[in-house]
Amino acid sequence: MSKRRPVSVPLRVEPGADLPADERAAVLEAVQQHRQAQGALLPILHGVQDRLGWVPPRTVPLIAFELNLSRAEVHGVLSFYHYFRQARPGRSVVYLCRAEACQASGAAALEAHAKRRLGVDFHGTTADGRYTLEPVYCLGNCACGPSLMVDKELHALVTPERFDELVAKPS
Amino acid sequence: MSTTVYVPRDATALALGAEAVAAAITSEAARRKLDVRVVRNGSRGAFWLEPLVEVQTAAGRMAYGPVRAGDVAGLFAAGFLEGRAHALALGEAGSIPYLKNQQRLTMARIGVIDPLSLEDYRASGGYAGLAAALAMEPGAIVQAVTDSGLRGRGGAAFPTGIKWRTVHDTQAGQKYIVCNADEGDSGTFSDRLLMEGDPFCLIEGMTIAGLAVGATRGFIYLRCEYPHAHAALNGAIAAARAAGLLGESVAGSGKAFDVDVRLGAGAYICGEETSLLESLEGKRGQVRFKPPLPAIKGLFGCPTVVNNVITFASVPIVLARGAAHYRDFGMGRSRGTLPVQLAGNIRRGGLVECAFGVTLRTLLEEFGGGSRTGRPIRAVQVGGPLGAYWPASKFDTPLDYEAFAQGGGMLGHGGIVVFDDTVDLAAQARYALEFCAIESCGKCTPCRIGSTRGVEVIDRWLAGDRPAVQESLLRDLCNTMTHGSLCALGGLTPLPVLSALEHFPQDFVKPRAAVAAGS
Repeated sequence: MSKRRPVSVPLRVEPGADLPADERAAVLEAVQQHRQAQGALLPILHGVQDRLGWVPPRTVPLIAFELNLSRAEVHGVLSFYHYFRQARPGRSVVYLCRAEACQASGAAALEAHAKRRLGVDFHGTTADGRYTLEPVYCLGNCACGPSLMVDKELHALVTPERFDELVAKPS
Repeated sequence: MSTTVYVPRDATALALGAEAVAAAITSEAARRKLDVRVVRNGSRGAFWLEPLVEVQTAAGRMAYGPVRAGDVAGLFAAGFLEGRAHALALGEAGSIPYLKNQQRLTMARIGVIDPLSLEDYRASGGYAGLAAALAMEPGAIVQAVTDSGLRGRGGAAFPTGIKWRTVHDTQAGQKYIVCNADEGDSGTFSDRLLMEGDPFCLIEGMTIAGLAVGATRGFIYLRCEYPHAHAALNGAIAAARAAGLLGESVAGSGKAFDVDVRLGAGAYICGEETSLLESLEGKRGQVRFKPPLPAIKGLFGCPTVVNNVITFASVPIVLARGAAHYRDFGMGRSRGTLPVQLAGNIRRGGLVECAFGVTLRTLLEEFGGGSRTGRPIRAVQVGGPLGAYWPASKFDTPLDYEAFAQGGGMLGHGGIVVFDDTVDLAAQARYALEFCAIESCGKCTPCRIGSTRGVEVIDRWLAGDRPAVQESLLRDLCNTMTHGSLCALGGLTPLPVLSALEHFPQDFVKPRAAVAAGS
């Protein structure tokens, strides 16, 4: 029998080395900023999404490595929260409220109009890449619905006509 | 002499065009070479009048609203800087009946002061509660809160003093104060109004809680849908730190307390206190088993006070004016005031803070002025998406936790969503189950599976498929969810479903295939 020679298995100690530069930088910047915080994962995912507009699934190994968590733990958190996006959104995200107070003020009709006008269902992105349509359950503007938020700007009393004005603006 | 003009920067006011109004006032003043100082206050909560512009005059703060940017030149021409007459003039702001007829204790400052001015806050009685608390033993602070009768304003109405007492009595090296600012219930916005309009009040309340139970760290868990509140809180925390009101030695007392804001990520379930704690720890927002109570093993396993924004914000006035002052408002076991939110299809929507005891009818008719569409009000849902749908026959119920529970409803966080006679309660019942399916954390089966099965059963029923069978299935399912769910999401989702069925059975009779297809 031949003597088995010890084989060294190279350990990949630098996950994320093959990430696009902007994604890698976004993760490392967010980690740097929040690493010391207790329960740092949510602030870090927010940091990545604030910079990139989404949290690319391929950044999960790097985030996990930096926080000494398993990839499953990071994926579990990332996929639990509606706000975190695992797909690249359009240039603007339209958050349309479909909770009860807005329903009482015509949100269902606005929702149907918005889907028709943009040609997408919820979570979809328009073919030209300008808008992603997302449902949201309350924007805290319940006395002046229907409400929607585009790029962190809140709009009240949104009629279908007003919706068309908002999405007609050049972006 | 410079004239002070107030233009709100509250999210709703901004959504109605306040930014353009403020810009128009600044540029029109420059054009007319007038010395105008624009202060961005919060909103007083009379939303149908927003943007509500106020001018400081010798006769008081004269209000004009709702002001559009196009009205600004006309206001200047009419002499609004001197408080003169105009079609939009409302008189002195505090004398607007909607505001005058309220009893504002917790929300006394919103819309009045510059939210980020510590001077304004102090000048209007701010930090008097902390000063009183610093002169007291921790146990005495807890006793004062207990004596005030304050109950958790997030919805569960648990006596605040008892919760604080538990944390106070539990020995631990580290304790936490956590503010639940994940105001996810539709029809509620009082937390947002307070955080945007008077953020120091929340910080002061949390600081007092820290002193009372011996906690040195606080977190505000804020929903990410509130970017304006986020900015206001961060601004106020920075100012409080700079003034030595947060940090190693609060107001020079030698006692440490500091607060950080953490953002949620769009999960309704994180308004449930144990999933909120999981989320703060950086995990999936899944509900924990109780016991242990968070007061004994909460954040990172340490004793933790978890209270809603309005609960903490009610503490400074309790300490400043004494427990008896607060307790003297209210009825029965519901003491003090509740900031009610009039929402949905309502003519005069907004915030109404009243002592407990006022009836739904008074709120809907005298404050709210009926529906916005002018049609009869057919139903209201009180207490958020897990609250009961009530018909007009219940509008004489007084605002009181026990009276609402007795009537088969829930007062919750005080949100009232108004529907006119075009509402389809079967569709609303279906939505309640659909919402539960979307937002379930997935930990317990009745909620995770029951909600999805519930939607399917209602769809079959409304499509006319053996209605009697579906009804009995739905009732059975609701029974399982009520008694078998781990937390209030699964446990209370049957409330809107069964109340719709009880009070509006006719909506479930006709085949309504369109309901299923529509959403």
